[in-house]
Amino acid sequence: MYAFTHHLASSVDDAVKTLGANGDAKFLAGGQTLLPTMKQRLAAPPHLIDLGKVKELRGIEVQGDKLVIKAMTRHYDVATSDAVKSFQPGLAELAGLIGDPAVRHRGTIGGSIANNDPAADYPAACLALGATIVTNKRRLEAEKFFTGLFSTALEDNEIVTSVEFPKADKFKYMKFRNPASRYAMVGVAVAKKGGEVRVAVTGAGSDGVFRWTAAEEKLTQNFDKRALEGLSIDPGTLNGDIHGSREYRAHLIGVMAKRAVAAA
Amino acid sequence: MGATGIGAAIPRKEDHRFITGKGRYVDDINRPGQAYAYFLRSPHAHAKINRIDTSAAQNAPGVVEVYTGDDIAADKVGGLICGWLIHSKDGSPMNAGPHPALAQGKVRYVGDHVAVVIADTLAQARDAAEKIEVDYEVLPAVIDLANAQSGAQIHDVAPNNVVYDWHLGDKAATDKAFASAKHVTKLQLVNNRLVPNPMEPRAAVGEYEEGTDSLVLYTTSQNPHVARLVLSAFIGLAPEHKFRVIAPDVGGGFGSKIFIYAEETICVWAARKIRRPVKWNCDRTEAFLCDAHGRDHVTHAELATDAEGKITGLRVSTKANLGAYLSTFASSVPTYLYVPLLSGQYNIPAIYGEVMALYTNTAPVDAYRGAGRPEATFVIERIVEMAARELNMDPAEFRRKNFVTQFPHQTPVIMCYDTGDYDASLKKAQEIHDIAGFASRKAKSESQGKLRGLGYSAYIEACGIAPSAAVGSLGAGVGLWESAEVRVNPIGTVEILTGSHSHGQGHETTFAQLVSDRLGIPIDNVSIVHGDTDKVQMGMGTYGSRSGAVGMSAIFKALDKIEVKAKKVAAHVLEASEGDIEFKDGKFAVKGTDKNADWGTIALQAYIAHKFNGQELEPGLKESAFWDPTNFTFPAGVHICELEVDPATGSTTIEKWTAVDDFGNLINPMIVEGQVHGGIAQGVGQALLEGAIYNEDGQLITASFMDYCMPRAHDVPSYQVGMTTTPCPSNPLGIKGCGEAGAIASPPAVINALTNALGHENLQMPATPERVWKAAQGARLRMAAE
Ligand SMILES: Cc1cc2nc3c(=O)[nH]c(=O)nc-3n(C[C@H](O)[C@H](O)[C@H](O)COP(=O)(O)OP(=O)(O)OC[C@H]3O[C@@H](n4cnc5c(N)ncnc54)[C@H](O)[C@@H]3O)c2cc1C
Repeated sequence: MYAFTHHLASSVDDAVKTLGANGDAKFLAGGQTLLPTMKQRLAAPPHLIDLGKVKELRGIEVQGDKLVIKAMTRHYDVATSDAVKSFQPGLAELAGLIGDPAVRHRGTIGGSIANNDPAADYPAACLALGATIVTNKRRLEAEKFFTGLFSTALEDNEIVTSVEFPKADKFKYMKFRNPASRYAMVGVAVAKKGGEVRVAVTGAGSDGVFRWTAAEEKLTQNFDKRALEGLSIDPGTLNGDIHGSREYRAHLIGVMAKRAVAAA
Repeated sequence: MGATGIGAAIPRKEDHRFITGKGRYVDDINRPGQAYAYFLRSPHAHAKINRIDTSAAQNAPGVVEVYTGDDIAADKVGGLICGWLIHSKDGSPMNAGPHPALAQGKVRYVGDHVAVVIADTLAQARDAAEKIEVDYEVLPAVIDLANAQSGAQIHDVAPNNVVYDWHLGDKAATDKAFASAKHVTKLQLVNNRLVPNPMEPRAAVGEYEEGTDSLVLYTTSQNPHVARLVLSAFIGLAPEHKFRVIAPDVGGGFGSKIFIYAEETICVWAARKIRRPVKWNCDRTEAFLCDAHGRDHVTHAELATDAEGKITGLRVSTKANLGAYLSTFASSVPTYLYVPLLSGQYNIPAIYGEVMALYTNTAPVDAYRGAGRPEATFVIERIVEMAARELNMDPAEFRRKNFVTQFPHQTPVIMCYDTGDYDASLKKAQEIHDIAGFASRKAKSESQGKLRGLGYSAYIEACGIAPSAAVGSLGAGVGLWESAEVRVNPIGTVEILTGSHSHGQGHETTFAQLVSDRLGIPIDNVSIVHGDTDKVQMGMGTYGSRSGAVGMSAIFKALDKIEVKAKKVAAHVLEASEGDIEFKDGKFAVKGTDKNADWGTIALQAYIAHKFNGQELEPGLKESAFWDPTNFTFPAGVHICELEVDPATGSTTIEKWTAVDDFGNLINPMIVEGQVHGGIAQGVGQALLEGAIYNEDGQLITASFMDYCMPRAHDVPSYQVGMTTTPCPSNPLGIKGCGEAGAIASPPAVINALTNALGHENLQMPATPERVWKAAQGARLRMAAE
């Protein structure tokens, strides 16, 4: 790690102002991605703006037909929240599948989606459920927010303040873990709301999280795992590594999607 | 002495210290005025160093000194050594290339030590290291065993990158057995490369004491005396009497902390140069890159059987990757710790093994939990299982038919098995495991779309290493005895000074149990002192499951002497003749009378020396002993792994594990069981999860836990552990050793179970989900058809 200046933000405004006043500053949320990269000297922000004490960024609320999770809410809190469990149990389950207990007790939803790791779990839920990402400046549909590997639509001086999830009739996330890191080797989120079905895939796409529209069409006609029989995904659009080839990931997407539908 | 003596499953004395964070590890040691070392490591697998410019680093804030290979050459610091000389088939000695502690002219693997920066703080040292300019001329890297002989030459002394081309056994007799065989089973296998990853990474603090012109090294070592011997006699840093090596609490080693590495060498050498203590603490990435790795064999094996299903011959040819330099005991692992174990538990009349050891541009490879014996067990237990399947015999029956049943048994490859009852372990394991219920468990799995398999591993290993003269004749540079000193204090408490070193094995408990048993005193009155060359006389350290069989035998022998001496004192105190003194349960009594004295009284009398003539009987109560074993010990047993495969994803779940081991007599059954559990977890890691992977440029792409998969609690089942006992005849305690057995037994049990589930043999370790998924293709089709 290189030396850096630590700023403790007191509010969203304060955080954004401090960011503007210091070139190359970065927000620090749970630090589960940022700090390891800094320790390895792969990132060297001269200023860190710590969001840990910003009260307005914490909490979970059900507001009518939507669930609002503030950016600094930890994975553990989502996994164990009664509000989340009754609003959308599959989302609490997803949070409980992230990393290990140490990671879940520090990592946050805001940090996770701002980072948009191609193997992260939340982005799949955001896409499948049609979440809205709320920042200090605007409201963005998840689809517009995630723009590729480790990249988002966030602009300079923009901070994620919360994520809003509309209610779905059915939602299930099936994850095949990378045995070493426990990130998703393949994760498939399936959501059904009225007649609309969305299927989002993480861990596999060579351009990050994506919607599997072919599967969505089939499932819209018939929400049954058998509807996915014979459907395959082009390995050429996927990512391969030492843990799993593209072909294997393509296969796993099919398996996880069917299992998600069956369990939804 | 039931409660705390031999055989009592009491909790470990040392655990309170460890679990309350009160252990004292090398990183807890901070010396006044200490500076910090940071090593600049090679980013290239193979490159010439044309020039190193350290001037900017020298002038960076806080920097005390920057050293390169030129500086250690100027100071005539000797190279790191390999202490076991192997000769090739043609009689020529192995080709050992020089291994300087800082690179001289060339780097040979990613992580090789190029320079060291010593600064007031670690951050300053690290910052300054970035300012060192190295002009590398990158050379082609040699990574794969398959291409190593045709690749770029890594060491001038080793044409075709061959370290040695060695063999053992009677080739002609073995070929003859194959010529007349009824059936021959052939197997090609890979023993995957592993990174040891003890919880505590390596660390060192070197210190120079100007007043006495002597050196002190705190180091994470499994054998501090051997470290001192090597650093003193070979690397030449200071004579032994001016050199103290301390290995305090050490958090796991698994072999990787046996060896003498560049970093501690540099710390203690530099401490004298800069007249300040120098501290180095390895980070996890450095541990991945630079700790000696384990295994890494490619093997072709053939097993000959006759018409009755009796094994008549075994022929094995192995290529072993030793990495870029020969680590301290590297040469012995794929030779004398490997081929002599290939006979397994079986009566095999003819065995021939040949091993080609090769240099590659990867981290050095050396002993890792089991060292050679897991590799041998993987060969013999895989091929025996396969042979049984090919012959349509039950794998357990095939093994039984070929078991050694008469002892002693001389194998064709050096080892003479002293005792054992292999069938007893097999029977017991089958009972515990409920083999009879397997068919219905399998049917149930299949009804849920899962495959189920069962695999045996009937392992034997040789530990308690080893008779010094015997290993000497095989090329070892050292003797493998152990020493102990028993110091009885005037009030009867006891200090045991042992050359064994505990880094997780629980010696503070088991060694105290032995003393408690012998002297009839509570274990709390016994302390175990180890890991300090200024306190403990020369000793050989802990590896090869030797601390029980060898280390405790030395204590036992010293306790014999204590008892003899204490009886002499008691005879004076009790005014009886020495021959009439009996010692039992902590009491000295005069035979046939009610006269007696307790242990504490006699200890005190030994020291105040009022009751005897100090010229005729020396005051004091302190004895030492060296124990040189007469044979290896041969723990053996049967492990059964039962697992389930999800053919849709390739996920493997171990459902049931039975281990029945014969470790001879047990001192603390709970600690022994713990060793078995840990060993199995490590073996399951090798079989399913772990594998060090270098890319073609020689970059280690599994250099963190994000990519290198260590086993977690949920990867292993709850084990069913049983014991059988044939006491070891070659040591006074009848113990064999248990530290490595689990890691030795388990990989073939897993792969035998997996191949049983899949219905074919085409599967290599680690059996990752993708590999299993591919291997399950046929099974998926079969299931779909049904
Ligand atoms: C061992 C390990 C295993 C893991 N396993 C998983 C897994 O299985 N699944 C998974 O999804 N994730 C996994 N993670 C990631 C983890 O769960 C976190 O979600 C992730 O690290 C980011 O969240 P954070 O709060 O730690 O963010 P930080 O690391 O603090 O920040 C990450 C990035 O986001 C920026 N940032 C943070 N908050 C905001 C905000 N409110 N607005 C704008 N920018 C912001 C930061 O500036 C930084 O660039 C794992 C991490 C580790 C270390």
